[in-house]
Amino acid sequence: MKLNLNPKTSITVLLCALTLASALFAGSPVSRKDASSAAPVEHVTDADSMRVAGEQRFRANCGRCHAAPQKFPPRMMATILRHMRVRATITAEDRRLILFYMTQ
Amino acid sequence: MLYRGRKTACPRWQGRGLSGLVVFCLLLAQALIAPAKISAQTSDNEKPVPILTGNAGAFDFLTAGHNLIDSQFNPVLLVPLGDRWLVESRVAFEGMFQRPPGGGPYGGPVTKHIDYAQLDYIASPYVTVTGGRFLTPFGIFNERLYPCWIRALQPDPLILPINTVDSDGVMFRGGFPVGASANMNYAAYVSVASTSIGSVDSERHVGGRMGFFFPDPRLEVGGSWQRTLQDARKNAFGFHMGWQPAKAPLNLRAEFARSFEGSGYWVEGAYRLSQAHFWQKAMRRTEVVARLQQFYTGEISPDGAAALGLPGANTREADFGVNYFLRDGLKGIASYGRQFSSAGNANQWSFGFAYRFAVPLGRVGPQS
Repeated sequence: MKLNLNPKTSITVLLCALTLASALFAGSPVSRKDASSAAPVEHVTDADSMRVAGEQRFRANCGRCHAAPQKFPPRMMATILRHMRVRATITAEDRRLILFYMTQ
Repeated sequence: MLYRGRKTACPRWQGRGLSGLVVFCLLLAQALIAPAKISAQTSDNEKPVPILTGNAGAFDFLTAGHNLIDSQFNPVLLVPLGDRWLVESRVAFEGMFQRPPGGGPYGGPVTKHIDYAQLDYIASPYVTVTGGRFLTPFGIFNERLYPCWIRALQPDPLILPINTVDSDGVMFRGGFPVGASANMNYAAYVSVASTSIGSVDSERHVGGRMGFFFPDPRLEVGGSWQRTLQDARKNAFGFHMGWQPAKAPLNLRAEFARSFEGSGYWVEGAYRLSQAHFWQKAMRRTEVVARLQQFYTGEISPDGAAALGLPGANTREADFGVNYFLRDGLKGIASYGRQFSSAGNANQWSFGFAYRFAVPLGRVGPQS
């Protein structure tokens, strides 16, 4: 495959796309629809529902690469989930539910 | 022969003309995205604490009659800052010991390498900005499956060295829903100073990865692209997929990569025997794995390929393995592989243990 893109054009296109995407999403009210990599988001608050949803999100996101680890203290899990949020593009809502599931 | 895709490299910062671009990207993202709200750490009980995690492993690779003892220690430091920042770094220490050709005691080099040292800024639910040295998001193995406690088979895939040298620069990544039944994830990056093996050579490249995950069938498909910004300005691309059917404890993954350095693919299936009706206590801890792969040489010489960790000739390989999860974070592994190549066929056995650890570097309070 041969693409005739010079580097400046590539970078410009890349920056334009990112800027456009950022501008589009920056104004979106998060509470309306958070980004979920697991399933359409419902703002789950009930403890049992959160646990079930958290397990589903865990299986969908984390379980794709590794088995469930032991349960760590919440402050450790919060750090691990921030790391995985970056590494596995876990979103804020997924992070919240998985953190609840993994610390209950 | 055991192919190791990692290149030994020293962190070098050669931003020059592109350093302004990197700063510009960060400032632009900050200015555009700062108004977006992200969930804050509201509870002291959930306030993240720095931790030291990582993995260690001891393995024995017997390839074509040559024994190699491989020991590795890969600590990962995670330091959260405020609600949006994270400093993360992984260093790889690896000792590879074997007998010299004429016989004698085991000996060999102990190498160290900074796999990544990056600063992440969670700008919004959709965008995270990363600066520093990071794992190049080309395919899925390098970023997600490389640690020895995660990978299902310890020998690297033959195509792992293709376009996975660490990147030094800036990256944007994130994910968001696309309709009700799919989610998209992306990563886009510019690397200004990737260094190659023990030399002053550097490589600038730009690239990206995009994937779609379908939660219902648990299927992910995606593609990667990378273009070098110097010399011949070559393009490379790849595809990946992963599937975890809901009704069976099966994990099926595959990758394809093509570049001027070579091309190839691997397909891997890992099946947890938790559905077996006998010896259930042991079976649910047992995972069987099979991987088929093929590599085709590219436009570089066999010596150049060897320097990268790629086979010097067209190669096919089949691997079969068993993993036994002794306890959380600790597993024993064994595998057998047969390699078919015009340079010679070979058997490859591997045995060993992989361990994952996590230690808090601060007060965590009572464990719930």
